[in-house]
Amino acid sequence: MSTNEAKYDIEKFKKAHKILKEFSYELKPVVKGYNDRTLYINLATLEIKEKPVPAAMKKKFIGGKGFDLKLLWDAVSGSTRWDSPENEICIATGPIAGNTNYPGSGKSLVTTISPQTGIPIDSNVGGHFGPYLKFSGFDAMEIQDKSDRDVIIYIDGNQGKIQIFEAPLEALDSHVLAEQLHEMYAANEREKQHVSVVSAGRGSEHAWIGCLNFSYWDKRRKLPRLKQAGRGGIGTVFRNKKIKALVVKYSGLTGKSNNPVDLETLQKTGLKLHKEIISLDDKQCQMRTIGTAHLVEIMNDYDLLPTKNFRFGSHPDAVKLASWVWKKYFTQNVPDGCWYGCTMSCAHGVDNFELKTGPYKGHKVLVDGPEYETVGGCGSNPAIFDPDAVIEINFYCDTYGLDTISFGTLTGFIMDCYENGILNKERTGGLEMTWGNWRAALEMMHQIARGEGFGLVAGKGVKYMQEYFAKEYGADAQFLKDIGMHGKGLEQSEYQSKESLAQQGGYYLTNKGPQHDEAWLIFMDMVNNQIPTFEKKAEALHYFPVFRTWFSLQGLCKLPWNDVEPADNAEQDEPNKVPAHVQNYVDIYNAITGEKIDKKELMLQSERVYNFQRVFNLKMGHGKRPDDYPPYRAMGPVTAEEYESRAERYDKALQEKQNINPQGKSTEEKIKLLRQYREQQYESLIDAVFKRRGWSRDGVPTVEHLKEIGMDLPELIELVKKHL
Amino acid sequence: MKYLHTFAEKCNGCNTCMSVCSQLYFKVDDPEKSAIKVSAAGKNSFALSVCNQCRVCVAECPTAAITVNKLGVVMINKTLCINCLACVAACPTDVMMTYRGGLVPFKCIACDACAKQCPTGALKIEVKED
Ligand code: SF4
Ligand code: SF4
Ligand code: SF4
Repeated sequence: MSTNEAKYDIEKFKKAHKILKEFSYELKPVVKGYNDRTLYINLATLEIKEKPVPAAMKKKFIGGKGFDLKLLWDAVSGSTRWDSPENEICIATGPIAGNTNYPGSGKSLVTTISPQTGIPIDSNVGGHFGPYLKFSGFDAMEIQDKSDRDVIIYIDGNQGKIQIFEAPLEALDSHVLAEQLHEMYAANEREKQHVSVVSAGRGSEHAWIGCLNFSYWDKRRKLPRLKQAGRGGIGTVFRNKKIKALVVKYSGLTGKSNNPVDLETLQKTGLKLHKEIISLDDKQCQMRTIGTAHLVEIMNDYDLLPTKNFRFGSHPDAVKLASWVWKKYFTQNVPDGCWYGCTMSCAHGVDNFELKTGPYKGHKVLVDGPEYETVGGCGSNPAIFDPDAVIEINFYCDTYGLDTISFGTLTGFIMDCYENGILNKERTGGLEMTWGNWRAALEMMHQIARGEGFGLVAGKGVKYMQEYFAKEYGADAQFLKDIGMHGKGLEQSEYQSKESLAQQGGYYLTNKGPQHDEAWLIFMDMVNNQIPTFEKKAEALHYFPVFRTWFSLQGLCKLPWNDVEPADNAEQDEPNKVPAHVQNYVDIYNAITGEKIDKKELMLQSERVYNFQRVFNLKMGHGKRPDDYPPYRAMGPVTAEEYESRAERYDKALQEKQNINPQGKSTEEKIKLLRQYREQQYESLIDAVFKRRGWSRDGVPTVEHLKEIGMDLPELIELVKKHL
Repeated sequence: MKYLHTFAEKCNGCNTCMSVCSQLYFKVDDPEKSAIKVSAAGKNSFALSVCNQCRVCVAECPTAAITVNKLGVVMINKTLCINCLACVAACPTDVMMTYRGGLVPFKCIACDACAKQCPTGALKIEVKED
């Protein structure tokens, strides 16, 4: 692999920098996982200040997404839109984050008011930025207002220095920009690992599905790796504020950087999980060799892999995207943890991939991924069964700063519209958006990056297109509603929820939109039938979203929780919760912070923030029952073709669940009957879930519930009262 | 590669090697801080655990703090180590060592100090082809 010396004219870039603001702060060690201060930056006034973290904030919001949401809440009003000056991008870690012992402890949590949904979005992302920010002195940072020119914000965590400067010459696309900045801020090759860069890309400037790339330096590949804060358009807000990049530099990381009260327990617990992962992963999820892409054939076999805009759940060509294919592409035997000490090491990459299209055509690049969601979204869903094409789409999404999940789901939607005559070559400006046409999909993406043509429409997401196609082309609005796979404005991630009522709730009874990070219940529900009643489904839809919120309070990755399980997990009560690993979390939290929580308190910490986020949605004019419905394609067959593809299952359901004899009925009649039933079931599910969550029938957290969980902050009570 | 070859059948359990090793590298006589471990393996028989320079840990280290030197000995660069203990978990023979309160793991670097003092000839530095 080539080194990067002399690849870029760094001196020229530096000469063009114009310092706009400098700020010094006192360096203090992290104590028991906290700095007890956050960083505030205003890009219009150039104000930079430290804010203390009051004890009450720590108690109620814990850290990570909790801190982000609290800072964001204080910054915005109900009328704030994504591009309003007061909107912020908040980045935080959490008390556990940055430890090097327990796998999966390096996540940053990013929030903003989303261009897609109008409510807070939160994304959980790897890379080194968050932990380095923490050890530089800040539990969170908030960036408010906008600059009128491209700026870089630089934090030097060893010197206690922050700069905002004008940066006109560096590249915009992330794979180049990150490399330039790692080089710029490292005095030598060895220092590159002490730098981390947050950037977006040209696509983020023109689309609402912009993502952020968080970098870390890969010593072996001698290149920056990029991990994405993908969902909900945070990259769009970033570029709207004219931020080119955030850079942090910190050296001096050790296993004690958090100053834990009980290092021994932390080390012991971490070592236990390291050993579990190293000995069991090959037999379990193969995260160390393939990563989440190991799921492709499993999902295909269970009819859960989205194909053709979620019409179907499997495809004969899906084997072309199966795990063994990816294993060959991914460079093996290199540590691929997105933070130090993650032996799960799932962040695989394709080296020396030669691009076939776009501005970097002919370049040999390192591609981060693809992960399962990208394969499902940009592969099977638009029926692109060509691994090279998926890798290329993955690469360009990342470097342009576009979310692969949203891009994949919206591309599927466009191809569906194309097949149904809602779109044609004329309307797409010549793009032939037929199933599997990866060249057209890529060209559409290059248009997004250039800010031209049909790409401009596409990049605004499914919800925008639904309205646009109905208005401009007179398309059937109901049909568009049925096949447009988004909730609250956010594109659904890549699992078929059609035959699992619980997962429909897992996707759509969520705070930010249909994203699998709250609950993934398909196997529990559909395959193993462990939660047959509404009450049981509701219990799962209470427990898992609340539990999983805790990862985002702490700066943890979800994967080491249940993508490896102790050998005796199946014999435990409630194996789905992986009880031994939950105990690990309690133990390491206590070991770092010196608190004495148990599993119950862990849940309460999360439940407070979960409900806070729900009320935040309310503040933004959403967050009620009508916001929580799926498009019908997420619930059942919209078209005759879909019905026929699973006719046996659906006919049987009519007979057994609705006592209707399907014989002699037309497919259209049967679709209608089934739909009535499923929509009714969903209503009952909402009732049960809201009740279990302590919310009104309308989905508003009740005053009693907020009191019970200790989240009865005056502002929240005042707000919910207006809606109860 | 250079490595410490052990002949457990000759070991009489005197623990001299552990004292020598921990004193040389940690300035204390403490078996927890010895890179070679002697343990009982039945009546009058002992097991010796020590690094065989297999290199599995090299690939595991996220900061590339573990490298192989010219003699084929696996070495840890303390300033690069961020104390994750991944190498400890990865070692197939459990001889990447840690001690309570310690941050950087340690291992046998085939220095010959213990072998020189072993009264029974149970330890010997040898070289084998890579
Ligand atoms: S499991 Fe994968 S995504 Fe999670 S922290 Fe480890 S390497 Fe990163
Ligand atoms: S410490 Fe263990 S893994 Fe590393 S070289 Fe020695 S025996 Fe092999
Ligand atoms: S403990 Fe140190 S030497 Fe061992 S794997 Fe971690 S960083 Fe590398």
